Order: sequence, then structure tokens, then C-alpha cells
Amino acid sequence: MNQMAALVDPMVPAPFRIERVKKELSDTFTLDLVPAERKRSISFLPGQFNMLYVFGVGEIPISISGDPGVGDKIVHTTRAVGNVTNAMWKMGVGQTIGVRGPFGTAWPVEEAEGSDVVIVTGGIGLAPLRPAIYQILANRQAYGNVCIMYGARTPEDILFRKELEKWRGQFDMQVDVTVDHATGRWGGKVGVVTKLIGRGGFDPHHTVAFVCGPEVMMRYAVDTLVERGVSEKDIHVSLERNMKCGIGFCGHCQLGGDFVCKDGPVFPFDAVADRFVIQEL
Amino acid sequence: MTANKSTNQAFVIDADKGLQKLIAVLAAEGYQVVGPRLEDGAIVYAELASSADLPVGVKDKQDGGNYRIVKGREGVYFDYVVGPHSWKRYLFPPEQKICEFRRQGKAFRIVEETPDVPAYAFIGARPCELQAMQIHDRVFDNGEFADPAYLARRDAAFVVAVNCTQAGGTCFCASMNTGPKASGGFDLALTEIAEKSRHVFVVEVGSQRGQEIVAKLKGAAATDGDVSKADALVKKAAAKMGREMVDDVGPLLKRNLESNRWYEISKRCLSCANCTLVCPTCFCNTVEDVTDLTGANAVRNRRWDSCFTMDFSYIHGGSIRREGASRYRQWMTHKLSSWFDQFEQSGCVGCGRCITWCPVGIDITQEARAIRDSEGRA
Repeated sequence: MNQMAALVDPMVPAPFRIERVKKELSDTFTLDLVPAERKRSISFLPGQFNMLYVFGVGEIPISISGDPGVGDKIVHTTRAVGNVTNAMWKMGVGQTIGVRGPFGTAWPVEEAEGSDVVIVTGGIGLAPLRPAIYQILANRQAYGNVCIMYGARTPEDILFRKELEKWRGQFDMQVDVTVDHATGRWGGKVGVVTKLIGRGGFDPHHTVAFVCGPEVMMRYAVDTLVERGVSEKDIHVSLERNMKCGIGFCGHCQLGGDFVCKDGPVFPFDAVADRFVIQEL
Repeated sequence: MTANKSTNQAFVIDADKGLQKLIAVLAAEGYQVVGPRLEDGAIVYAELASSADLPVGVKDKQDGGNYRIVKGREGVYFDYVVGPHSWKRYLFPPEQKICEFRRQGKAFRIVEETPDVPAYAFIGARPCELQAMQIHDRVFDNGEFADPAYLARRDAAFVVAVNCTQAGGTCFCASMNTGPKASGGFDLALTEIAEKSRHVFVVEVGSQRGQEIVAKLKGAAATDGDVSKADALVKKAAAKMGREMVDDVGPLLKRNLESNRWYEISKRCLSCANCTLVCPTCFCNTVEDVTDLTGANAVRNRRWDSCFTMDFSYIHGGSIRREGASRYRQWMTHKLSSWFDQFEQSGCVGCGRCITWCPVGIDITQEARAIRDSEGRA
């Protein structure tokens, strides 16, 4: 029992002020948050999440989507799909959000130095990967080939489109985008994101892969990566579960012996492979 | 709270006067004394004003889905085993306020609670329950995070254990190595010796605090005869366990996550969550934010939750564990198998509450045996 324990309750949030709200898609938005009470530097690792609290509504885990190199604000991108996120959607600049965190494991960005990096993601799954992309780009020469493979439902659902276009234009990485359903004047690829993996320009034996999206997509993405020769231990997935505490006390996020909140959300695939195939575990 | 093993020196106190004195001394020391009481036909844990509040001369009869209080040996204090309550309701209360929020214009202010830390003296904690407390110590101080409210209550609590000289119909602590004799985790441990000519408690001391309290009881030093008699009574209880857990149940369940037995069980399981509420180690909880009618104040509470509810695993789009079979599997495999991965020990202490209080009498030991027997018989 340490002395700190008597002083700090990890279940009590700190107030943050909304500094900026950016509508990304029809149901997706980004909030920039700054500490409301005292200035403090914010540090987190790509892949980690915060518990965000809306006054009187509730608290939910949301991954961090900002740049880990920027230390004065915290950025979250989320879809309005539940009570809390719908309430957030209606909030504006100057309002307060409670923040606890950052919690959880990170994408092994530094460990991947010297390797090719393959990022396979779908939908809102790009949000928790964006900090990893920023960190890789900030130290681009440390990596081999960098490939981003992104799938969205429709062209209108492509998240961070401007950034994807910018990264694609930088000539130092491969950015491939596909949609499930083409709409309007879409002339790009149509089909599931896993189809992009076969064409990816990376050396499977010297590759670290980061995968984030719906579980079914991750399963097929992992299968395809393994088929190409990437080792399961070099594939990292980010899982999502119900969480009420973020610190291993509430039990909601259990996946067998792991608490997704503190043992995850980012896992090397070989650590969860046995449980990935069991329904409703 | 104590971590020390018992010291060698044991004492003997008179059953009636000694117990009365013990409760009086603990109350005088400022402890809120809590112990077994007979209420609504069951032994529950509630506040004790004196030893007169203890159930005397009663036994419990327990079986799957069945609990009855019957007449026991006259004058005997601890002839029963455990009821529906466990000490977790005092160390990890069913509902606990975490903090409050007050609206201030567009913003809100966080009002941290200075938790009121009651100092409890638990009378009659059974060896399986001591193990349950040690399990919670790991859960609520997991190396990365600690729950200050739990730790404060636990630190303040004085634990008077009672070794079991009776085994209940659903007890299986002997096969879980958690009883029926306490090996540590108490301040004082009592063993009741109820003979026609002599009714005493043998008192073992487990901590410095225990030593200080026992000094005030002015008991006589226990003879070797007393100590071996007490041991023999406990050994007899060990031989009479109503149930037994199969060996190596952790790896067994891990091998059988897709067993048909889960579907078999789910035909009987009502997903009522009784087992999780009576379990002394189930710790799952939820956080609820409640707003008052003015909309200006919100309270954050932590409340016991259960993996048997659909909400428990809900993420946008639906619940992860939709089938009753998945929810029962989660409960049983967590308790007996994945707990080892999380905390390097079993989450089950063999108290048998989940068997007794299951409205349809599902028996965790029998289900484990059925899964074992199904192996190699695909």
C-alpha cells in the first residue's frame, strides 16, 4: 500500500475545457481539450485512451487522436453513437469535459524503428492510429517503407481525408484507400480493406503491422498479413470493450485473463490469438 | 488488516464471558462491531451491540438452491457456516459515492469526497472469507492503480476470525485450500470448543493489534491439549465438506471454452446475478452518474454490477455476451481460471454461497466435474 494511494483517487476526473470542435463527418467530430484549472503538460502514448465525462450524462473511454508531440492539449475524435457521445456532439467551445487518463497500452512505435510499418484500419479505427502516424512521420528516416491501408463505408465516410491526401502526396509513404460502396464520382478502389494488403509494398519479414477496426475486419486483416508472411507477434491490434473505470477495477472489459483497459487496448496479436476466435468471450 | 501469521502463543477465554468482553473491548476501542445475526431466517452480517445479538444454538442446512436455519447445539455460538452476506459489503460497499459535480455556468466543478472511513471490527470471519479479503487486496491495489477508499477501510478493520468446526452442505474450502482453518489474515482467530463440562474459545493472535486486544481479555494461556483439541475439531470439519472442486480446474476450463456444457447450463441458468452478489470475491462494478432534479448537481457512484447482465458487455451496436451460455462461462471461467492470469491465484474460495443461493441450484463444483468428464468424449 503506498502513500499516494491515500491521496489520489483514480476515479475522479480532472476538468478540461473544449477549445475547438471540428466536425469531421456526418456523425464524427474532433474535440480539442485544454486543462481548465491549471496549466499542465499533457503526455500520452499513441494508442492510449482517456475516460471522458459529460456532466450529468456519463463517462466513456475514447482513444486519443492527436499528435503526441503537442503537449498543451488533448485531442479526441469520436462518432456520436451513444448517450455520452451524442451529448458531446451538442457541446461547444468553452464547455467542460471531465478527463481521466491516459490509460492503456500503446502502439509499439519506437520498437518498430528499422522495420517497415503497415497500418491497416477501417472507419473510425483511423483515429487511435493517427498519433502513431504522426510519431512515425516526425521520425520518418528511422523506418523502412510505411504503408497506410484505409477502408471506409463510402467516400463520404473517409476520416481525416485531407491528411490522408497530404500523406499520399509526400512520396515517402504508400497510402491506399478503399470504400465498401462507391457513391457520387468516386473513382477509387471499391472493396474491403484487407484486399489492399496483398498489394502493399512492404517486406513481410521485416514488418510491424498496426491494425484497428471492427473485430471482424481485424481478423481478416491479420489472416491476410500472416498469409503474406508477417509474424503474429509483429501484428498489433487494438480492441474495444465496455469500460467503466479504465484501471482494472470494474471488470467490464475482460477478455479472458486480460483487462482490455490496462493490459490493452493494444495487444500483440499472438497474445490474444487464441481468444480472438471464440465467440462472445 | 493483518498479514502476519499467527504467533505461537494461544489463549483460552470463556465462551460467554470472553466473547462478551471481546465485543465490549473492541467497541470501547472505537470499532464498529459487525458480526453474524439471525435476520429473516438467515445468518447475515450486521452491527452487534453485544454478544447477545449473536445467533446462539442454531445451525444452517445448505444445499443447491436451499438454505434453512435449524436448531443446533444449545448455547453454541458458531455452529453454522456462511450465509448470503460476506464482508465485502463493508469493505467494498454495494454503493459508494466517488465524487460530486456542480454546474457553474458552462463549466462544472468537481467536489472530491473526503471519504468517511469506518473502523470495523469483524466478528466471525471464516477462513474462506479471510482468503476473499486477501483476494480483494490484490484486485483493488493492482500494482498500477489503487482504490484509496477500499484500502482505508481494509487498513482500519480489525478481523476476528472463527475457524470452522462444522462444514456446510455446499462448502468446499478444503479442496480449494482456503479452510477450514485460518492460516493468516486475522488479528485474532477463535476456535470454539463446546463440551458439556467446558465451553471455551481458543484464541490465536495474528497481529500486534490482536495482541493488544487479547491482553485486555485476561484469558489463560492455552494448554497443548486445548490447541490440539481445537485442531482436531477443525480437521473433522475438513473431512465433512459437502462439496469438492475437481483438481486443476483452471487449465481444465481454459481447454473447454467451447464446451457444449455452457449451453447445457444456460438452459437452467436464469442470469439472475445472485451468485455474483453473494460471492465474497466478485468485484465487478459499474459507475453511475446521477443528476438531481435541478440539473445543477451530479453525483458519481460506484455500484456492484454483474457479468450476468446484458449491459455489462455493451458496446455500441450490442452486447458482446448475448447468450446466457457466454455469460455463465464468463463468470465461472473468470472465477476459476482467468483469475490466475490476472492475480496469480484462484478467485474462488470454496464458500459455496453461489450454490446455495442459486435459485435453480446450479452447482459450480458439479459443472466443473461435468466439463472434466466430457473431455475426450467429444
